[in-house]
Amino acid sequence: MNFKIAAVALAAAFTVSAQAQTEIQWWHSMTAVNGEWVNDLAKEFNASQKEYKVIPTYKGSYAESMTAAVAAFRAGNAPNILQVFEVGTATMMASKGAIVPVGQVMKDAGYKFDPTVYVSAVAGYYTAPNGQMLSFPFNSSTTIFYFNKDAFKAAGIDTNKPPTTWPEVALAAAKLKASGHKCPLTIAWQSWTQLESFSAWHNVEFASKSNGLGGMDARLKVDSPLHVRHIENLANMAKQGLFIYKGRENVPEATFISGECAMITTSAGFYGNVAKNAKFNYALATLPYYPDVPGAPQNTVIGGASLWVMAGKKPVEYKGVADFFNFISRPEVQSASHKRTGYLPITTAAYQLTEKSGFYKEKPGTDIAVQQMIRKVTDKSRGIRLGNYVQIRQIEDEELEQVWSGKKSAKEALQAIVKRGNEQLERFEKANK
Amino acid sequence: MEKRVQFRAPLLPWLLIAPQVLVISVFFFWPAAQALLQSFQIEDAFGISTQWVGMENFNRLWNDASYLTSFKTTAIFSLLVAVLGIGLSLMLAIFADRVIKGAMFYKTMLIVPYAVAPAVAGVLWIFMFSPSLGVVSYGLGKLGIDWNHLLNGSHAMTLIVMAAVWKQISYNFLFFLAGLQSIPKSLIEAAAIDGAKAWRRFWTIQFPLLSPTTFFLLVINMIYAFFDTFAIVDATTHGGPGQATSILVYKVYYDGFKAMDLGGSAAQSVVLMTIVIALTVVQFQFIEKKVNY
Amino acid sequence: MVERSPFLTFLGHAIMILGVIVVAFPIYLAFVASTHTAQEIVQAPMPMLPGSNMWETYRKALVGGGYGAGSTAPVAHMMWVSLVTALVITFGKIAISLLSAFAIVYFRFPFKNFFFWAIFVTLMLPVEVRIGPTYKVVSDLGMLNTYAGLTIPLIASATATFLFRQFFMSVPDELAEAARMDGASPLRFFIDILIPLSKTSIAALFVIQFIYGWNQYLWPLLATTSEKMYPVVVGIKMMVAGGDSQNEWNVVMATALLAMLPPALVVMLMQKWFVKGLVDTEK
Repeated sequence: MNFKIAAVALAAAFTVSAQAQTEIQWWHSMTAVNGEWVNDLAKEFNASQKEYKVIPTYKGSYAESMTAAVAAFRAGNAPNILQVFEVGTATMMASKGAIVPVGQVMKDAGYKFDPTVYVSAVAGYYTAPNGQMLSFPFNSSTTIFYFNKDAFKAAGIDTNKPPTTWPEVALAAAKLKASGHKCPLTIAWQSWTQLESFSAWHNVEFASKSNGLGGMDARLKVDSPLHVRHIENLANMAKQGLFIYKGRENVPEATFISGECAMITTSAGFYGNVAKNAKFNYALATLPYYPDVPGAPQNTVIGGASLWVMAGKKPVEYKGVADFFNFISRPEVQSASHKRTGYLPITTAAYQLTEKSGFYKEKPGTDIAVQQMIRKVTDKSRGIRLGNYVQIRQIEDEELEQVWSGKKSAKEALQAIVKRGNEQLERFEKANK
Repeated sequence: MEKRVQFRAPLLPWLLIAPQVLVISVFFFWPAAQALLQSFQIEDAFGISTQWVGMENFNRLWNDASYLTSFKTTAIFSLLVAVLGIGLSLMLAIFADRVIKGAMFYKTMLIVPYAVAPAVAGVLWIFMFSPSLGVVSYGLGKLGIDWNHLLNGSHAMTLIVMAAVWKQISYNFLFFLAGLQSIPKSLIEAAAIDGAKAWRRFWTIQFPLLSPTTFFLLVINMIYAFFDTFAIVDATTHGGPGQATSILVYKVYYDGFKAMDLGGSAAQSVVLMTIVIALTVVQFQFIEKKVNY
Repeated sequence: MVERSPFLTFLGHAIMILGVIVVAFPIYLAFVASTHTAQEIVQAPMPMLPGSNMWETYRKALVGGGYGAGSTAPVAHMMWVSLVTALVITFGKIAISLLSAFAIVYFRFPFKNFFFWAIFVTLMLPVEVRIGPTYKVVSDLGMLNTYAGLTIPLIASATATFLFRQFFMSVPDELAEAARMDGASPLRFFIDILIPLSKTSIAALFVIQFIYGWNQYLWPLLATTSEKMYPVVVGIKMMVAGGDSQNEWNVVMATALLAMLPPALVVMLMQKWFVKGLVDTEK
């Protein structure tokens, strides 16, 4: 009798614990190939242990997913992990009580957290002034330069010496135009490549207070002489038909793939697309800079998204989140992710592992993005973290378009950006008191 | 506006109307009230720190030059969409009504685009008009027109008007066609026998008898132009170049969804809603009088 | 029409053909795009005639070579969710609108005008603007991830009521008078006379509401926390890679066209009823 009862009790205990697998909800915005990557990461983690089950759910674009998370949070059922684009970082940070810093989560789970294993330009962006890591870098990219080798050859430009400075770019563009090329240079993500990354690359301020990392009372500084000079140069190039504006965000990328435009500044993540679809010889290079600016080139800033941990969930779930983050930080996992997607490796160990595997030799140019980021950052180049940044990007697009169409001068546009942008920053500061 | 014959029953009408009133109370008025309350507040995205600021969100709007410009942009846009949408579909319906051969084919082809999801429609238009990739812009280039809606404000406006009207043509066409086919043939024949030409017949018989349909479509198209065209702008011009296509509703959604500025978005919704309600009241007061039921 | 004017007939055909070309062109383009490979589409300008890649593309769309290692299962299931959602919204909306329109047009009761405008005002604030608070209400009622949560909030708008009102207004008074004189109760009149008369309007609204329900994107995205409850339009968006990675445009177009088939079928099959239904609206 006792044996029977004990057996039943034991069986019941096993059943209960088997069903007590804690679910971790992960909301993301990765589609197509990257969506598969997310699902595979979750699958691998789930297979590696029995206590937790990570469930990734596609929740629309970055903006839609954020809306969903906000609504869910207000209704009391937020996910455990939320992928948020870099532009929304300030919003997440400022909502005290909505999130739990990653550093805290790892510490509470008993993991020793060593900030030095992370590539400083990547992790530094998601770190608070007091050194605590707020969110977990997940898919990070940066700004680089692509050019069409065939078009260069036809224009008589030496493809072994790609243009590295803006004067050289202008020269190459002129040669391309002379050889009949209709679109020598174009630009994608103009605010990111030509204002934000531009500033960090030249070690000048984009905004005060270390570009916002130091506090919510940061204000824009893009009407500086260097910025005006650069936008004026681009405006002149536009007038001469050397730079053709092809749209906002990543829309211009299609013109590079089709061969229409010969040079483009855009995200490192564009590489996969180029490798698959370009029907010409191409090469990757570092973002151009002005050689007469002291300190250039410094490093470029991050794009992409990170993973935030939402507040208000059960303690056992936080342990699962920590385990998951630990899993995907492993050098092998990082390196595989980096090779698969083109996003940057987050830890130096992952970078070294990838290098050792010969990947960079096999696919030349894939290490340029990393090269631009693996440097010691300065206060002006750590990254940009400003509130209401989505609106500010929109303002930047609107004003720059007026420059390209000849309606405003570079100085007027940049000053308008500063004025309108600062209004947004003030409002953000007020809303997040 | 009142029927001559009406029933008298004490309880029945309340019962009949109850389901709808219940649903809209719970799922419209309650959430709408909360959404509108946000127009008087400034809060962070997650609603953790909320401050009551009274009319500040509204004052900010009036002091914002770009908001005031977008009134003008919206007015032009809505007028074009409503006029073109109704005018073109009316014309198509008139001829579809006349034509006998191939009528089924024409009607089907004109109706099917209604089934296209807005998300897909936006993508299709960008496909066709992209200055680099688009077949239409390519064709226009061959004709000597340098199509560039990225830098040319008028081109951009033309693009979104076309996309918006396209979506509505099928809808309007159907209603007009039905309206035309409901007019008794005997009336038309009698007029023809009296010597009235096609054009005259249209103005004296068909158009007046179409008035209930036209009125319905006028209201619906106006509401559509003001509220449902966000997706089109979002898929094509994003309000650019500069602010050439920044219509009021675009800013509402942009602020509410992408920028997470719920207070600002709510304030703009209030303004937009007030405009539309005012326009609708005007339509009911003045235009419905001319409608023949 | 009445006279046979060759000029007008010719003009008629010309305009119709032009109209069809303009209106149906984007869809034709989508079809052409779905029959090429992704690389071919990306080279400007896109080819105008169908390519040879059709079977490959559609196989990919259905079997899921592009998105996820999934089988037909995800797409088929999503179509099912879309179907159920669209049908529930359609029937629900038609049912309550018939009742409300009947009450408003045929009865005299206090606050009638108030209720009419209250219902009508629901057209003035689209779902997207009040979506956050609506989500909270649905969540509080425990309706997330259910068909009820997906459908009921979308029933709350007035298009159908407005249309039925227009129709009922145009029904001859003699019918109601006759019913009253026969001693029939209002409900009798409603069921035996009005609804049969409205059959075609109902069919018309069926098509409109079905397509409306089928094409929903934002609300299902928010109101469900499980990908198992996603309708097919959300599935399409999932395939369209944004940001850095590349789109497989041909597969996207193929899926879009597949997703368009059910509503297009509904339109074509119901076309006869549809046009007839709207005809009766104006009698």
